[in-house]
Amino acid sequence: MRCNIFTQEHEIFRRTVKNFVEKEIKPYATEWDEKEEFPRELFKRLGELGFLGIKYPEKYGGAGLDFTYETVFIEEMARGGSLGMLLSILVQTDMATPAIYHFGTEEQKEKFLKPALSGEKIFAIGITEPGAGSDVAAIKTTAKREGDYYIVNGSKTFITNGAIADYITLAVKTAPEKGHRGISLLIFDTGTEGFSVGKHIKKMGNWASNTAELFFDNCRVPVENRIGGENMGFYYIMKGFETERLSGAVMAQAAAEYALEIALKYVKEREAFGKKIIDLQAIRHRLVDLMTEVEVSKRFLYYVIDKYVSGEDTLTEITMAKLWIGEMAIRVANEALQFLGGYGYTREYPIERILRDVRLYTIGGGTSEIMREILSKRLLS
Amino acid sequence: MKILVPVKRVPDPDVKIKLKKDGSGIDTEGLKFVINPFDEIAVEEAIRIKERLGDVEIVVVSIGGEESTEQLRTAMAMGADRAILVVHPDYIDPPNVAAILAKVVEKEQPDLIIAGKQAVDDDLGQAMQMLAEMLDYPQATFASKVEIDGTKVTVVREVDGGLTTVEFEMPGIITAELRLNEPRYASLPGIMKAKRKPLDKMTPADLGVEVSPKLTVKAMSEPPARKAGKIVESVDELVKLLHEEAKVI
Ligand SMILES: Cc1cc2nc3c(=O)[nH]c(=O)nc-3n(C[C@H](O)[C@H](O)[C@H](O)COP(=O)(O)OP(=O)(O)OC[C@H]3O[C@@H](n4cnc5c(N)ncnc54)[C@H](O)[C@@H]3O)c2cc1C
Ligand SMILES: Cc1cc2nc3c(=O)[nH]c(=O)nc-3n(C[C@H](O)[C@H](O)[C@H](O)COP(=O)(O)OP(=O)(O)OC[C@H]3O[C@@H](n4cnc5c(N)ncnc54)[C@H](O)[C@@H]3O)c2cc1C
Repeated sequence: MRCNIFTQEHEIFRRTVKNFVEKEIKPYATEWDEKEEFPRELFKRLGELGFLGIKYPEKYGGAGLDFTYETVFIEEMARGGSLGMLLSILVQTDMATPAIYHFGTEEQKEKFLKPALSGEKIFAIGITEPGAGSDVAAIKTTAKREGDYYIVNGSKTFITNGAIADYITLAVKTAPEKGHRGISLLIFDTGTEGFSVGKHIKKMGNWASNTAELFFDNCRVPVENRIGGENMGFYYIMKGFETERLSGAVMAQAAAEYALEIALKYVKEREAFGKKIIDLQAIRHRLVDLMTEVEVSKRFLYYVIDKYVSGEDTLTEITMAKLWIGEMAIRVANEALQFLGGYGYTREYPIERILRDVRLYTIGGGTSEIMREILSKRLLS
Repeated sequence: MKILVPVKRVPDPDVKIKLKKDGSGIDTEGLKFVINPFDEIAVEEAIRIKERLGDVEIVVVSIGGEESTEQLRTAMAMGADRAILVVHPDYIDPPNVAAILAKVVEKEQPDLIIAGKQAVDDDLGQAMQMLAEMLDYPQATFASKVEIDGTKVTVVREVDGGLTTVEFEMPGIITAELRLNEPRYASLPGIMKAKRKPLDKMTPADLGVEVSPKLTVKAMSEPPARKAGKIVESVDELVKLLHEEAKVI
């Protein structure tokens, strides 16, 4: 079996994204990272080019394609050198909006999904709280029903796009006594009275993406902003993790390849002890090990994507891909940096940034330990 | 109005190409190909003319192997209306390209032919001039600006040290210079639409052309490796070396 998931149309699309990245991302990547933000207009620009709605139907402004095209988008965007910016964008396309598309009403799709896909509005996903990360069922933010409104109280943390979002796909407890069966998802308008953004969270990597603490003090949210059924939120969140983890794996894979590319280029140019360092056997052997690791991961990932777009249950494989590729990316970026010697350690080369950025991938979107928990339950019980 | 735009599939100019060990050609393993950048500018110009004038059909034509459909689809994704592939996978020289295109022109009867000023793979830049001669058409090469008024075409040309402005009556040939425009990205909806646009295939024989190369490629070799530079101590020394060693001033 040859794992090629791409057609001629994919290659044409790849060219388009690549050209865009060369002109509109690469020149600014370092600046965005150091300023810890990127221009809001980028969402609009990506929307204009149809990049935010790749896998959503045309009637909501999408392109009506499948995840294989999104794969091309993520792969080429990752090469732009700003994985932090890409994280923000993927929150919009793969983390905050899928629940609205899958479980929302027609009115919600018109009102919220459309402007998200055109890039006019920015979305965040608010699940994690100071006291509840991996253990989603332990969230404490409550939403008490009062007539046609929910009254929301509580706080969230580590929320990507938190300070810049217009809307938040927000996980709340509508029946606190029922544990994970008491969670609902609300579409929260950040213009609501009682909402405030706490401190800007400084991070190890992914600087271009905004990460914030959020507070909710008696915020009134119309009941019609609830996604799907009351107390069904946990199921929707778990379902949403599938796409989120798959796109996370694609980003991690692309980041690893990018790091390795930089190393390969460097060893061909750098000389030590009278020869190019690529001609040293110690270097060559380690390089081919890394190339093998990256290639094997990639073929598994393409197999998972192929299965996912066919509509089959792919939860086990996606979990494996998130676990394996997240850890692989960190290993590869770390080793790739080594080939650059002292230069790799400086900010003159993008590789130290990649290493800091990819370190997130065994934590965000579910930790490696949680991936192992899911796999143990699915494979060993 | 109808515009014919010839496009050529060439190796991605941003990638360093490798030669085959025996020097018989380039190593295409894993190599990405693109529309010749000057041809992409020609496609863009045709689309802009269509956007200005409305009733314009843009036909793109390529001579090459089956793979060239990718470049034709890309041009259609940008906005061209239909495509013709003249299937000829082997090397072809400018006189034969011109002979084939002359037959395509006879068949399609375009009012304008807009092409790139040269292809970046072999950099020959001859086919369009030969085509103009065969068809006895006016030609405005190296265009940096094109204006159309009825059947009159005004072209600003880039020449050494300045610009010249020429005028001709359609039909005629324009070749595009780098500064003519900045080509658009093929949009995602455009790419999907292009899948359904017509792409006709034919052989040179179908057009009545027997390809007999007047030019053959004997060998390819890498340019000589650049010698190490020299760091000079002062401007005076630099001037002296430029004068005495490099003999450029
Ligand atoms: C840059 C960044 C962006 C983020 N963006 C968002 C966002 O947009 N929205 C959002 O809701 N969240 C976001 N998060 C939060 C992220 O999802 C959580 O950090 C993650 O789920 C882990 O939760 P935690 O940090 O509370 O760690 P904890 O859950 O406290 O885990 C601490 C450690 O214990 C381990 N552990 C926990 N449970 C088990 C177990 N059962 N078995 C074995 N080991 C276990 C974990 O694996 C981890 O190593 C973001 C985080 C970061 C760093
Ligand atoms: C923060 C920082 C502070 C520093 N401070 C100082 C300082 O105060 N004073 C000072 O003099 N220097 C300093 N350095 C320089 C440091 O000592 C060098 O970076 C280090 O010796 C590596 O040299 P290089 O960076 O030129 O890498 P290179 O020598 O070019 O090596 C590149 C890669 O090739 C590998 N390699 C090289 N030769 C071989 C071989 N024969 N076999 C196998 N692999 C090989 C290396 O291990 C490395 O992975 C500093 C560097 C940093 C990053």
